[in-house]
Parts: sequence; structure tokens; C-alpha cells
Amino acid sequence: MRIPCPHCGERASEEFSYLGAADPLRPPPDATAEAWHAYVFLRDNPAGNLREFWHHVHGCRRWLIVTRDTRTHAIAACVDPRA
Amino acid sequence: MMRLAAGGLIDRSRSVRFAFDGRVYTGHPGDTLASALLANGVRLLGRSFKYHRPRGIMTAGPEDPCALVELRTGARREPNTPATAVELFDGLEAQSQNRFPSLRFDLMAANGWLAPLLAAGFYYKTFMWPAGWWERVYEPLIRRAAGLGRASGLPDPDTYDRAHLFCDVLIIGAGPAGLAAALAAGRSGARVVLCEADARLGGRLLAETCEIDGQPGAAWATSTEATLRAFPELRVLTRTTVFGAYDHGTYAAVERLADHQPFPDAHQPRERVWRIVAKRTVLAAGAVERLVAFPGNDRPGVMLAGAVRCYLNRYAVAPGQTAVVATGGAEGWRTVEALAARGIRVAAVVDRRAEVPPAQAALAQRIGARLFAGARIGATRGATNLRTVIVEGATGGAQRLTADLLAVAGGWNPQVQLACHLGGRPVWDETRAAFLPPTTPPPGMEVAGAAAGRFGLGESLRDGTRAGSDAAVAAGFATTAPEPPSAPDDDTPATPIWLMPGRKAFVDLQHDVTMDDIALAHREGFRAVEHFKRYTTHGMATDQGKTGGVLGMAAMAALTGRSMAETGTTLHRPPSTPVAIGALAGRHRGKDFRPTRLTPGHAWAAEQGASFVESGVWLRAQWFPRAGETEWQQSVDREVLAVRNGVGVSDVSTLGKIELAGPDGGAFLDFLYINMLSTLPVGRVRYGAMLREDGFVLDDGTVARLEAERWVITTTTANAARVLAHMEFAHQVLRPNLRVAFVSVTDRWAQYAVAGKRAREVIQAVLEHAIPDAAFPAMACGTFGSARLFRISFSGELAYEIAVPAREGDALVRRIVAAGAVPYGLEALGVLRIEKGHPAGGELNGQTTARDLGLGRLLSARKDFIGRAMALRPALLDPARPTLVGLRPADRRTRLRAGAHLLPRDAPARIEHDQGWITSAAFSPTLGHPIALALLTNGPARHGERLRAHDPVRDGETEVDVVEPCFVDPEGLRLRG
Ligand SMILES: [Zn+2]
Repeated sequence: MRIPCPHCGERASEEFSYLGAADPLRPPPDATAEAWHAYVFLRDNPAGNLREFWHHVHGCRRWLIVTRDTRTHAIAACVDPRA
Repeated sequence: MMRLAAGGLIDRSRSVRFAFDGRVYTGHPGDTLASALLANGVRLLGRSFKYHRPRGIMTAGPEDPCALVELRTGARREPNTPATAVELFDGLEAQSQNRFPSLRFDLMAANGWLAPLLAAGFYYKTFMWPAGWWERVYEPLIRRAAGLGRASGLPDPDTYDRAHLFCDVLIIGAGPAGLAAALAAGRSGARVVLCEADARLGGRLLAETCEIDGQPGAAWATSTEATLRAFPELRVLTRTTVFGAYDHGTYAAVERLADHQPFPDAHQPRERVWRIVAKRTVLAAGAVERLVAFPGNDRPGVMLAGAVRCYLNRYAVAPGQTAVVATGGAEGWRTVEALAARGIRVAAVVDRRAEVPPAQAALAQRIGARLFAGARIGATRGATNLRTVIVEGATGGAQRLTADLLAVAGGWNPQVQLACHLGGRPVWDETRAAFLPPTTPPPGMEVAGAAAGRFGLGESLRDGTRAGSDAAVAAGFATTAPEPPSAPDDDTPATPIWLMPGRKAFVDLQHDVTMDDIALAHREGFRAVEHFKRYTTHGMATDQGKTGGVLGMAAMAALTGRSMAETGTTLHRPPSTPVAIGALAGRHRGKDFRPTRLTPGHAWAAEQGASFVESGVWLRAQWFPRAGETEWQQSVDREVLAVRNGVGVSDVSTLGKIELAGPDGGAFLDFLYINMLSTLPVGRVRYGAMLREDGFVLDDGTVARLEAERWVITTTTANAARVLAHMEFAHQVLRPNLRVAFVSVTDRWAQYAVAGKRAREVIQAVLEHAIPDAAFPAMACGTFGSARLFRISFSGELAYEIAVPAREGDALVRRIVAAGAVPYGLEALGVLRIEKGHPAGGELNGQTTARDLGLGRLLSARKDFIGRAMALRPALLDPARPTLVGLRPADRRTRLRAGAHLLPRDAPARIEHDQGWITSAAFSPTLGHPIALALLTNGPARHGERLRAHDPVRDGETEVDVVEPCFVDPEGLRLRG
């Protein structure tokens, strides 16, 4: 795969490490146990676009959010979460 | 001699000598091993996989299923190499395969009589029982009988390269379509890479007699190559096979740099694997000839009709002296013409069609060949070489014809593999009688020419021109398509698949799969394409069924009454052709695969005779043996006692070091660590632990505040990279508003622990600076010139860690030793920390909580931090969780071993009585007996209890006493020195 890093340009996927879905948001400290359980353990497994974290370990070392079609690997977007 | 008097693309002015099975022959530059063997009348090349039947040369390309030989000798011996793909070189040595005791008299050929036993699925049926026979009887038997060539078993003496290429247009294949595409794309100025597996450009143009733009095809290819090489942005890679298509325009290719030489030149890699990233790709890989199934279709002398033309035209070799040609259409008649033109007798033409067009019938008559219309091949005869072809006529009755060459026209399979590597399935096309590329090839790829089923020369050239031009435009180059090279169109209909059932009608020659095997799979219910393929191993050999694969599918389609489209094909996956593992590995071999990192003090430690051990990516000193010490334990005991009774020095440079700066650094550290760190004063150090978000411990280490807005933290050696990535996530994703920056400085600092009651005098001597207790108490830190000093202790002794820029590390450790410190290594470091009950690798195993490790008191209730919420899960607060304790052997002598499980004394060793396990163990020279750390259920409440330590793997059974995890100086008096 080729990932278009917004800082480094299009780079090969082995420069990156993968974390998984980017959309679950860290709950506030006083959230319920269920909310924390969902954040830490539960993930959707869509056949289609998934927003996911890729860490450009051998590049700019930014955690990026890549929108990837899990069926085709087509990448619709790659953004820095701070942008 | 079978060499024709004239013609061919060989250099007759020079001869090269080569050996096959020990006999020396000669050929010419431009030959393949196969063409040179044929020229010398050698047609028997090996024995087949299962039945040890004689096999010869069937094709003229790398797809050959049976012309496999062992190439070269010694460490360079390579099995299963198609002789049809080996360029002849002077001194080439090849051996036939799978024969015993000799190629001509093969005893295993008796397997032919055992055929019913060796039919489809025979492994599954025959070797089922008794189970105990597998390793002793069946496996050695199968290993001796099966398999083809032998690997050398020696380390590969050659080197391999990996390299990257980026281009606008990648063109795969330099036949007519590929050359036309390259002309069209190249003139646009686009960066073009043209890959051709052959040593020469031209593809089928080298094998056929044809004209393009008024020139002979091969001459046109040569002049086109000159034009292409003049384009400054166009690169031609010959001897380069593209073997894989991957996501986003990425392709893998292997370039054979030295396979046409006896061995590589000095400093020359044997092969190079290219990763090519292309904006657009034109797949012009052409087509591969298909086999025809009929009884005895594997006998040496049976050859595909297109291959016969290739041997005649390209290599000027007569593959036989008397030929029979079997065909279902125009394809075979072209071979009849070619044979006749070269003066080779065509005894008969067997045409599947009842009505043969008059022009072809006239040709047969003109050259004196008998014509059998509506006929089929009934069988072939001959011991190791074809002697007789038995033709069965339309009305029954068989004719025996004497011939040493049977040319069969089976039609062509477009080379669609690369178009299917991303999951696309080939599409059956009835009119072209072929599987065509999927409707959705990989994004950016277009398939042109014969690979797309456009077999005619004219249409192939037009298609290539259009595809090359389109690719350049799509890659952003303004261009218009040039006038395509002109050649006559070939409007002959495609050759359909031809199956003639009967005994030993092979569909897979490399794995010895016959039509009977397909029928057996059908009877036994293995009918789906993915099932019968595995049951019969059809198409699973190194040739991947390029010539016969479609035949097996057609045979199954006929049996099930389904169409080819319904039957479908199996998935194509890279690599589409065998690639040496060495080529894929490239330079990443041995230490170059996983380089060793050395600390700045490495040379010094080596001078001391240190024994080194790999610790993560680092090489670290394990102990420093001294004269008279014969066992490592003696060195380690001495080193530990030196620290306990005097002063020692140890290299801790491999600890991860991360420097942080910024006004919100304190808040960020509070978020990372379980304990409060924002309150840490300048000039002080604090121990801390980090959790993962699921509540388990990630790592531990120290935090030192150097200045108001500058900190340096340490991580364990093993977790340095993981902790940095974790911190980057915490900052960039979870706390992006915190004004803090940080960077790994692990490699920039050499760091040494100086520990023992005399540590202060050593440090003062080294720094030439007084550091009284009042000014520099326990957990103080400060800067002295280029050095950073931390008063922290892993051993429980009065101790400092001193860090200097890496380049000063070697000098520093020598000064520390000169000041009286005894070097101690990783083992002593481990003993010291076990004596103090500090958790490390064995305890930080990813499954322990802060409470499990006795760090529960650090958990701050006054702030949010990563892992806090999940660490409060009831199950993680259960006191019955295994928790850190110390252990002593009841008899004070028996060695304890990490991994042993803890059980009540009277309980049998069963899982329901398991109460924990030993995580770290050592002999404590300070106490004079073995000690251990363990995780024990309800641990802290059980000090004083006696348990069994059960170690069935290493036959250990010890009684142990549960104690505090701190064995030495539990009050911490020594620390304050
Ligand atoms: Zn980047």
C-alpha cells in the first residue's frame, strides 16, 4: 500500500505502524464502565471505508487518520488529526 | 545434429561448451539450454514426479512443466529450473532430476504400474494408518520417492539486491503490444519502465515469421529497441520478470543479473528484486501456449505447435525429423508451413475438424502430408522418445504413424495473472476460447495485446499503441497516439480447448495429474475448482499450471456439465513465477537482517573480556570474567558483592531516554504516569509507572526534572520504542492542546550506574566536584559540565547514574573504573534488582497491574491518567490476583527457576491447584542462597507460608517459603549512604 502522508508525501506502508479504528473517542474520566469497555475493546469491522490510525514511525512520527476501504485498500483521505 | 543449416537468432560464429549429466556438448550464444540440447539430439531431460515417466521439452518458454533440471553444482546448485528459460553459457552444468539409478533406466518407473495407488488424493487415503507409521515409515518413503530436484543444502554464496523504481508508465512485456505501448508512451516524455523476462526484446516476434512496417518481425523489434533506448526517460529492464501486483500501483519484479553467467562477477548481485511504483501500467505479458490432453501426451517428442515454430525460427533447431501435427484450426497449420519451409518431413496432419479449409488441405497435399480430418490422437508409443503416433479416425479405426515429433496446437492462454493479483477473477470468453483479464484489473492497469485475448499481430500492435498513449495521458502527459506499426491482421478463429480422454492423458505434467484423476475427484465429490485443485494437486507445481491449468478445469466442466464460466478458476496470488527466497531477502541476511547496536562503552567492555548477550536490539555485557573464574556464576557473585560491599559500575546506556520540554510538560507527565509528577521539583527524580489504556502496566522508569520546563525520562531497554510511540499517541491524539515537545535521546547519551557505599567518592573523583549528601541527596539530579547526574538506585545501594554525550562515554567509563569501581554486567544487575524486589522483564509481562507489582500506592486518585478507568475494574482489584512476592527455597540450597508453578504443598499438580508462578530467580551471593520473585494469588497476605514450586518441564520440585519481595535492606538505609 502507498499512504499519502500530509507531511511526507506518498510513502510505502511499511514505514507506518497500524493501530486500528480512529473514531472511538476516549471517554471522560468519570464515564461509565460500559463506555470505557466500549472504547478500549469494541470495534466495528466494516466492509467499506474505515477511518483508522497509522503512525508514520519511519517518517514524520505523526499519528495519522487514514480513510481506507477495507475491501479494496483504496485510500480516500489521510489527515493529521491536528489539522 | 538437429541444427538447421541457416537462420535463427543465434551467434554461429561462436561456440559454447556445456555439460548435461556429465556429457559435454556445444551450442551457440543465443541458445537456451533446451534449444542446445535439442540441437544435440538430447530429448530426454528427466523423470516425472509420481510415475517417473520420461519427460522432455514441451515448450520454448519459462512456463515449461517438465523440462526441469538441476542447474550448476555445489552451493550454487538450483533444482527445478526449466531448461527452456536458461540462457546457455560457457561452462554450464546441468543434471537431470528424479531418476534412479540413471535417467535412461529408472527403476521407479515401476510406479507407472502402481498408478491406481498413486491416483488423486493418494496421500490422504494410503498413508492414513497406523498413525505411528507416519514419522518412521511413510514420511521417509514419500520424501525419497517424491520431489524433483535437490536443493544444495549449503549457504547461498551469492548476494542479492533490492531496489526501488518510480515511473509514470510501467509496461510489462516487450512483445509486439509492449513495444508498441513503449513507443507511444515513451515519445510523450513520460518516465517509462519496460520489463521483459527474456534477454531479448520481441516476444513472439522472435519465434514467428511475420512482417511489421515491411521489416521482418525480429528486425523490427531490434530497430524499435534502438528507438526506445534513445528516449531519455525510458528504461528497459531485460531478464526481468514482473511477478506480483500489489496495492496502489506497486509491482515486484526480479531482474536476473548473472543467471546467464557461470557465476556473478565480483561485487555483482546475482539477482535484484525491484519494487516498481507506477502511476499507470500496461500489462502486455502476452499469452502462453496450452497443452492438449490425449493419452501419452507427455512423451518426449510431443511439443506445443508454437514452441516448434520458436525452435525452428529463433534457434534454428529441428525438434524432430518426421513430424505429425495435431490441430483444431489455423494455429497448427502455421506450424505445418514452418516445418515444411525448413525442409522437415510432415508425415501427417491430424485436424479435429471434419471440414478442413481447402487452402490447408492443398498445403497438406503439396508437401505430401497425409491429412486426417475429424480425427484424434489415440495414443503415443516409444520407450524414452516418441516413435509412433496412433491416430483414431472419424469413422473409427486406428492408424500407426512413425514420427519423432508430435506438434500439438492447443491454443493460447492470455497471461492474466498480474491482472488478478488484487482479487479479480479471469473471465471466460467463448469466442476467443480463453480466460481474459478481469473486468476490474488493479487500478491504473490496462491489459493490451495477447494478454487481453487480442492474438492477431495487427490488432495487438494497435492495442499496444492505444494503451501506451492512454497510459501516458492518464499519467499527466499531453500526447496523441502515433500511427500504430502496421502488420496484417490475423482473422483466424481461436483454437478451442482440446481434450481426448484415455489412459495417461495428462493435464498437469509436473504433478502427474491425468484426466482420470480429475474424473476420480469428480466421483468423490471434489468438484468445485478450489477443491479438486487441492485434491489432485492440479496446477499446484512450480509452473502453476500455466500450460495445463485450463485443461483440468475444462475436464471438470465436461464432467459436471457446467460451462467454463460456471466452473471458473482459482485465485491468482503473487508470485506468478518462482522467485528465490534469497532474492526476496536481498541484503537482509544474517546480521544485516537484524543489526546489532553497540553502546558507547562497548570497546571498553570488550577489552575487559566481557561476555556479551543480545538484549533487545543491543549487545550488552553479561559479566566480566577475571583470572581464575571458571564458571560464570563466580564472576556474577563477585560483581554483586563488589556492589554490596564496595562500589561497582554498570553500563545502562541502553535504557530508553526521552527528553521533554514545554510549559505543559508536568500536565503531560501526569497524564502518562499513574503517579503525580507535576509536583516534582526542579533537580529531583521520581520513580513512575505507565499503564496501557486497558489498565495493565506498560513500562516503568524514572522522571527527572532538569529545569522548570525540561524533563528527561527513562524507559526499560525493551520498551523504549513502544513507550515513545505511546507518548506520541497520547500527545497528538488524546492531548493535542498540551504545549509539550519530546524526542528520543537514547543514542545521544552514554549512561553508567555507579553503585555501592563508595559510589560518592568515585563520582566526586570523576567529576572533580564535591557532591555532599545535603546538596545532592537521594533522588536528586543535576548537571555538571557536560554530564548529567542522577542519584537513583536500582540496587538499593548508595548509587548514581551519570550520563554524558555518547562520544564521551568510553572515556567516562575508563575514568570511573580508574577511580575504583568494579565493572558489573547484566546478570549482576539482575541479581541486585531481584534482591531488592524491583519488577523488570519477567514481571512487566503485559498482564500485570500496578497493584500486582506492589505499586498500588502510586496510583493517584487526584488526576486522570491513561489506564486509570480500566485499572479500577473490579476484576483487576481482586486480591486473589497473582501479586508480587519473594520466595526462598525451604532448604536454602535448591536452585529456583523462573517458570515453575506454585501449588499448595499437599495438592496434586493439576491446573485447578495452580496459584501462581516464579517470574525471576537468581542465586543471591549477599544472602548465600537462591531467591526468586513470583506472582502468587493473594500474595501479600501469605508471607511465611510454605508452598511447592513445581517445574515438570525441567523436573523440578522444590518447597519454598513466601517472603517479602525485598530481600536486602528492606528499610532502605543503604540508599541514603
Ligand atoms: Zn509522514
